[in-house]
Amino acid sequence: MSSTTTTTTVGTIGAPSRRNTELAMLVFAVLIAVFAYINVGLAKEGSVPAGVLGYALGLGLLAGITHLVVRKWAPYADPLMLPIATLLNGLGLVFIWRLDQEPQITTKQLGGAMAPGQLMWSTLGVALFLGVLIFLKDHRVLQRYTYISMVVALVLLIAPIFFPAKFGARIWITIPGVGSLQPGEFAKIVIAIFFAGYLMVKRDALALASRRFMGLYLPRGRDLGPILVIWALSLMILVFETDLGTSLLFFGLFVIMLYVATERTSWIVFGLLLSAGGAVAVATFESHVQERVQNWLNPLQLINGGVTETAQAMYSFGSGGILGSGLGQGYSRLIGGIAPKSDYILATVGEEAGLAGVMAVLLLYGLLIERGIRTALAARDPFGKLLAIGLSGAFALQVFVVAGGVTGLIPLTGMTMPFLAQGGSSVIANWALVAILLRISDTARRPAPAPAPSTDAEMTQVVRP
Amino acid sequence: MNKPLRRVAIFCGLLVLSLLIRVNWVQFVQADELKNDTHNRRVAIERYSQPRGNIIVDGKAVTGSTTNESGDFKYKRTYKDGPMWAPVTGYASQAFGSNQLEKLNDSILSGTDDKLFFSRTVDMFTGDKQKGGDVVTTLNAKAQKAAYEGLGKSKGAVAAINPETGAILALASTPSYDPSTFAGMSDKDAKAYNGLLKKNNPDDPMLNRALRQTYPPGSTFKVVTAAAALENGLYTDINAKTDSPLPWYLPDTAHQPLNNEGNIPCENASLKEALRWSCNTVFGKISADLGNKKMKAEAEKFGYNDPEVDTPVRAAESVYPTDNRPQNAMAGIGQASNRATPLQMAMVTAAIANGGKLMKPYMVDQLVAPNLNVVQQHTPEAMSQPLKPENAQKLQEMMEGVVKNGTGTNGQIDGVTVGGKTGTAQHGENNKDNPYAWFISYAKTSKGTPVAVAVVIEGSDTLRGDIAGGKLAAPIAKKVMEAVLDGKK
Repeated sequence: MSSTTTTTTVGTIGAPSRRNTELAMLVFAVLIAVFAYINVGLAKEGSVPAGVLGYALGLGLLAGITHLVVRKWAPYADPLMLPIATLLNGLGLVFIWRLDQEPQITTKQLGGAMAPGQLMWSTLGVALFLGVLIFLKDHRVLQRYTYISMVVALVLLIAPIFFPAKFGARIWITIPGVGSLQPGEFAKIVIAIFFAGYLMVKRDALALASRRFMGLYLPRGRDLGPILVIWALSLMILVFETDLGTSLLFFGLFVIMLYVATERTSWIVFGLLLSAGGAVAVATFESHVQERVQNWLNPLQLINGGVTETAQAMYSFGSGGILGSGLGQGYSRLIGGIAPKSDYILATVGEEAGLAGVMAVLLLYGLLIERGIRTALAARDPFGKLLAIGLSGAFALQVFVVAGGVTGLIPLTGMTMPFLAQGGSSVIANWALVAILLRISDTARRPAPAPAPSTDAEMTQVVRP
Repeated sequence: MNKPLRRVAIFCGLLVLSLLIRVNWVQFVQADELKNDTHNRRVAIERYSQPRGNIIVDGKAVTGSTTNESGDFKYKRTYKDGPMWAPVTGYASQAFGSNQLEKLNDSILSGTDDKLFFSRTVDMFTGDKQKGGDVVTTLNAKAQKAAYEGLGKSKGAVAAINPETGAILALASTPSYDPSTFAGMSDKDAKAYNGLLKKNNPDDPMLNRALRQTYPPGSTFKVVTAAAALENGLYTDINAKTDSPLPWYLPDTAHQPLNNEGNIPCENASLKEALRWSCNTVFGKISADLGNKKMKAEAEKFGYNDPEVDTPVRAAESVYPTDNRPQNAMAGIGQASNRATPLQMAMVTAAIANGGKLMKPYMVDQLVAPNLNVVQQHTPEAMSQPLKPENAQKLQEMMEGVVKNGTGTNGQIDGVTVGGKTGTAQHGENNKDNPYAWFISYAKTSKGTPVAVAVVIEGSDTLRGDIAGGKLAAPIAKKVMEAVLDGKK
């Protein structure tokens, strides 16, 4: 930890809190989103949209309140994460509202306009964010709930099996009258808490009690147990919930945290072998996965004479080109259904904001991820480090899996772009995730308490009469 | 724990980097390919985002564009007198593609053609939307109307050509269809389109009979046989007696006679008389005497056996077959495997009327840019010389005899020299179906020969005995010729 003392995030006495930087960036974030909103209105209707004042005030108010709460309850927190999350969420709302303007994909059967709902979920997300910051005074409290977290995570992950599949994946819990919930999004956080607590305790055993074989440290059989359990669990998710993304996310998350906890490269090799083996095994008998792989290998292929969603997304990106068609002037609605608002939201960014816009959005995600990892580096306690890397790693994997899937880099999986995509669970969970990261970074950057005044020192002071 | 953390940081950086590389690949390297992919609907949306250029006849557009009430596509094709012009324009449908002139000149009409580069570049600077150019046809609106209305409810086709240039003046086909009815992509359009398909409509209204359907030409083909006799020197004097016994038996058969229609004076009749009476025996024997090779060669000079007669809409290939002697004799009177499109017979007539020189038939005169600059102009070109001028003169005299006091008197026009030939082609096994009634003719004035026309009427409900080309087809040909002549006055 001593090697990081030169970085700005590590608090030294009198380190600037950077709250004013955050405020300036927040203003910027809100302005960009509001301009985007006006832009869509001008492009679609030729006039500034009527709701612009409400949108600007709403977003500004949310940003303002979060900023004030951070200033009060987490004054040394990282200054970039909140503005980035606000910007992404704001842009996400604009894009969803923009797609709501397309009557073909905003029919009653498809659930009508989704921007108002998303705004409500965002507000709830921000409320949860505030709650976490206000009530979670120290992230180490979470360590106490290691095994409860495990149980909760297992329940969250397994629950969707008992609910009907939606859009080809069993990742939803449907509560009549309330709506659908994607528990995977919350499980992501809870399981990171469990891993962090578990690995903090076990890391020495995992790291040291191992045999060297062909240059690799192989763990003992009994230490291997929990890892195999997680592996089996992630495969089960894959098979029973036909959810490639969540499975990959959890296994990847575990491997990353294990590697960080033990500092043993062998875990990565082990993890890669296990996930590759599992993926191949599942792909051979799971038609849903095979279909996705086929789509990925031949994205433009017609299926039953029709253009696939994958192909439509590729056309969106391609038609956007370098600078894009301009907000509100693309045809990403051709993807059809509600997919352009959720899984494929990045295609709309790609078509309407162009390569430039997508790169900017990806860099925002990259920046958010690296700020999270910087927080892990700066954290002073192993639990905080593990939790921060776990949350950032999960976030990074999710961004990669979704953006990679939509752009055709890897087979598509049903997950949502954090903050950007339509989906209540996603936006709420990600606000909570950012809140925990901010809490850890606040603890990390908080100046060490001033040394207690030494009574001896006082005694030796020369008192001049 | 910081070393692995740094490595994870690098790993996450690489993940984002790989995403950045991927979007650069998709949106920069692959962008044009994806943007213009045929299945990318944006291509069609862009295409229908402006009114399409028009197809022009006699200075007036026979097509138009209208805005769509709903859907992706802003503009939809409309047609004025759609059924009348459909054999010329073809259709341009949002859902069902396009054909004929609409398809062949699509790049001009939609404004994407390289020939419009200049006007497109100007548009780019002025910020105007890309516009489509017009296709100016050679058709004659009055002649087309006469042809279409003349055909009326019967099934048939008319093709009229200017013999001197090859310009197509009329191209009618009935029953026809209105391409406006399925220009869009609604369910209504789909229903209209499906109702026109051959499998749902035995009348096959979308078939362009003038260009795309071949018929046995029947007796009208006798002019080609006569041309072959003159060109090959079998006979030189059209008024001299021919060596034509009656009855005459098909070669290589056990005394199977070739019959004439009724009791007509065909024995040793001169060429002129034989054509006037339409003697099967005389022309069957000429074909047999010349042999398959020479008959075929002459027919090919008139445009037979050419699979690429492009007007620019490609006409079906008219066939003069390679066949044995009796079949060749039958082919010489337009039966057996001899098949011709109405356009082909109009070309035969035109070549004779034009002093033996066949001009390449065409129907697009000019392509015009949106700024009215002519980007392409057709110049008439000769296709072949099936007849020497003096033989053409003789044939004209023969055909004029047919109209003057032969089977084609219904084609007469006051004060105008008309040459023609009737035809009644057998149809079906042992002639059990209604025969095809043919009439080919040309009209000559002191100023030249402005029109040659071929008319065919198939499967008419009229009594079999009445189906003689002269009764059914000749009046239509007459009206078409009159329409063209009126325009010349």
